[in-house]
Amino acid sequence: MLAAVLTGFLLSIFLVFAGKYFKGKLAVLSALVPLGLFLYFLSFINRVSSGEIITQSVEWVPALGLNLDFTLDGLSLLFTLLITGIGFLVFAYTAAYLKGHEYLDRFYGYLGMFMGAMLGLVLSDNLLSMFLFWELTSISSFFLIGFNNSSEASRKSAVLALAVTGSGGFLLLAGALLLGNVAGTYSISEMVALGDMIAQSESYILIVVLLFGAAFTKSAQFPFHFWLPGAMKAPTPVSTYLHSATMVKAGIYLLLRFTPVLGSTEFWNTTLIIVGGITMFYAAVHTLFRTDLKGVLAYSTISVLGLLVFLIGLGTQYALVAAGVYIVVHALYKATLFLITGIIDHETGTRDVTALSGLRKVMMPVAIAGLLAAISSAGIPPTVGFLGKELVYEATLGMADWAVVLTVLAIATNILVLYAGFVAGIKPFTGKLPEKFEKVHMPSYLMWLPPVILAVLGLLIGIYPAVIEAPLIKPLVDSVGLEGQAVHLKLWHGFNFVLGLSALTLAGGFLLYFLWKPSEKKENAISKLDFIAPKSLLLGFSAGFRSFSSMWTNFLQNGLLRNYVTTIVLFLVVLVGYSLFSGENAFHINTESLSEMTFYEVVIMGVMFMAVAFVVVARSRLGAVVGMGIVGYAICLLFVIYSAPDLAMTQFSIDTLTVILFVLVLSGLPKYIAKSNLITRIRDAGVSIGLGVLVSLIALAVINEPVNKEVSDFYAENAYILAKGKNVVNVILVDFRGTDTLMEIAVLTIAALGVYSLLKLRLDKDENIEKEN
Amino acid sequence: MEVLLAIMIGVLYAAGIYLMLRRSLVKLIIGVILLGNGANLLIFLLGRITKGSPPIIPEESSTFLEAYTDPLPQALILTAIVISFGLQAFAIILVKRVFKVVKTNDIDEMNTTDAGS
Repeated sequence: MLAAVLTGFLLSIFLVFAGKYFKGKLAVLSALVPLGLFLYFLSFINRVSSGEIITQSVEWVPALGLNLDFTLDGLSLLFTLLITGIGFLVFAYTAAYLKGHEYLDRFYGYLGMFMGAMLGLVLSDNLLSMFLFWELTSISSFFLIGFNNSSEASRKSAVLALAVTGSGGFLLLAGALLLGNVAGTYSISEMVALGDMIAQSESYILIVVLLFGAAFTKSAQFPFHFWLPGAMKAPTPVSTYLHSATMVKAGIYLLLRFTPVLGSTEFWNTTLIIVGGITMFYAAVHTLFRTDLKGVLAYSTISVLGLLVFLIGLGTQYALVAAGVYIVVHALYKATLFLITGIIDHETGTRDVTALSGLRKVMMPVAIAGLLAAISSAGIPPTVGFLGKELVYEATLGMADWAVVLTVLAIATNILVLYAGFVAGIKPFTGKLPEKFEKVHMPSYLMWLPPVILAVLGLLIGIYPAVIEAPLIKPLVDSVGLEGQAVHLKLWHGFNFVLGLSALTLAGGFLLYFLWKPSEKKENAISKLDFIAPKSLLLGFSAGFRSFSSMWTNFLQNGLLRNYVTTIVLFLVVLVGYSLFSGENAFHINTESLSEMTFYEVVIMGVMFMAVAFVVVARSRLGAVVGMGIVGYAICLLFVIYSAPDLAMTQFSIDTLTVILFVLVLSGLPKYIAKSNLITRIRDAGVSIGLGVLVSLIALAVINEPVNKEVSDFYAENAYILAKGKNVVNVILVDFRGTDTLMEIAVLTIAALGVYSLLKLRLDKDENIEKEN
Repeated sequence: MEVLLAIMIGVLYAAGIYLMLRRSLVKLIIGVILLGNGANLLIFLLGRITKGSPPIIPEESSTFLEAYTDPLPQALILTAIVISFGLQAFAIILVKRVFKVVKTNDIDEMNTTDAGS
């Protein structure tokens, strides 16, 4: 099974990177890959239907509990057959549909990646690897939706789909980790035995909510459904494969897979019934207002997904059988309808249902497939759709509470789904053929055969339901934890109440189809309500979020040095100031240990203070530089008084040099600028004084603390003994820390080189600028 | 005396930051210099100040006989003064150069990356 999953990825890697050398010649050949896989999985059907569960385990990252454990049971088998079977038809169809497309190979690469990921998803027994495959399906869906990357609408839809399903993936990860933590294992099959323990744990509700979030986003449940109609921007084969038959059912798969672990609590059932119920009705009503064939199909797909969630929510044996049958039913007829839509689009160039009619005259086989799919979606006997619909009514009627309400909801939805199926499968082919379509011809057999095969299959299964009953549906019901052996599918139940409901549905559907005509006017009317649609709300939210973050970024990163400095200083003052005056070691000054003030010191301080004040308020550059020089010399005097002769000498020479440099270099600059107004200056003064006070307080606080002189004492003791020098400061610099001083010299050299080259630099551009002025 | 010195350090810091907040590049450099002086004095003060006992071993002895000033902060400050001179010299030349190219020393007018356009 590992090989089966990897085949898709290998195909993908091969085609994406090497495909351009084959220029689409491999298209038909690559369809053999899904066919081979289909046959491979089909070979398991006897073993699985006899109750066997086939497993394979490959250790990947055992330390994280992340293993590639594959399990093939009834549920997985059904999905693998859908993925590979419909995959095969879609691969073949695409060869003709996108014939000659520049990036055909890449397209197949994405499809292959998706197929591998989807197989991995439905085969994984390990929650973490399941999450990985789940994400891979979202990513391949993103690439496929955005395949026409030159169209802006395509790109937007791709991003929207990725945003919705990606956030669902995030919820799945959170749910998986939480569940793994509670259960103590990531193996789903081991969790089944722990179901009661998990249901009683404190995190149960949270786990279920997280998994629901994942399933609802992936399977386009209300209010996350809006990405799916947008995803119809993808080429039609993608819509067929990912957005109707397989990927969107991943959420359904997740719910079914966890029914035995987390299901049959009231919270689980009620939430699913409500969400599924709203989705199926809401989306079905929307189909009435669409004129784009793919739009109609997208909303009816959402509606059926809602129905599936609803059935899982009912949770009875009948309901799960109905869900299983409906997955097959829907995959068969909806894929057919999508493929037909693709053919119509390909041959006539339009998907507008109001413009299409009479096409049966030019493409009869396609029309037959459309008719079969439409009556299957309508649930008219003897198609498999009829079987599914009967089961749904049996399930809703079998409920103890609310049976009437649920049944009415199901009937209303089915009437609308019937309408959608007829619009997509029958309407384009009936009526008078417009003149402009007279030259339309049949597409290649690669395109019309797949829908015909699917449609005929739907009819055959309807007539002989036993074909899917024992091999597929029973094992599926078994694997979700109910007794599957009691199930018996048959087309004819006799004249009973359910049959009456079916008749009612058909009557209602036909009435609706003949009375209600889709038109652009109606589509525009409903689009006026878009402002309260979840899509608009989400887009509004994301736009608001984006403008907020750009506002925030511009506020902090505004490119003005002084704002950065202000922010840093204020932050420092508030934070350090707070910790200085709070807690046990709050600030205090001990004046006893301090030395006395003498006259000279006070005078020096006074001079220095005045010099600093002069620098700050100086109106000329020269004045400021002179003031700065005075400050330096005053510091120099302080060093002399406090027994630091070396410092005094250094400070004196450096300060002199700086002043000279300033005066020499800056003589050519314009007038000293003073551009800020009074308010700015007062604000800046406040900030600066805050910092000054803080630094003074810290200095005072520190000199109250005892000082550790160990290192200094070592240098002082050993200056003469080890280094034969009497001036300890010099000895430290040139001997003990000689390497550091060497580095310092290197730094100064680099600075000197920089200064020299900047002075000598003559750029042509600069010269020009100077000449212009 | 320490209190006075601490206040002086605060004044130097405040003046340095205030000048750094101005729009003139020259003021910015002067601000950095004042801030550097304040930092040097801060290190000096925190090493404790003593009068009349430089860290020089007496002529006739091989170790200190009486109390001496901590040599370590002095070594640090000496390095700091020299390095900050390197910084200042480079910055001053750079300001000169910038003025030659963009014809302004107002930081706000240099806010874009394309000064020439």
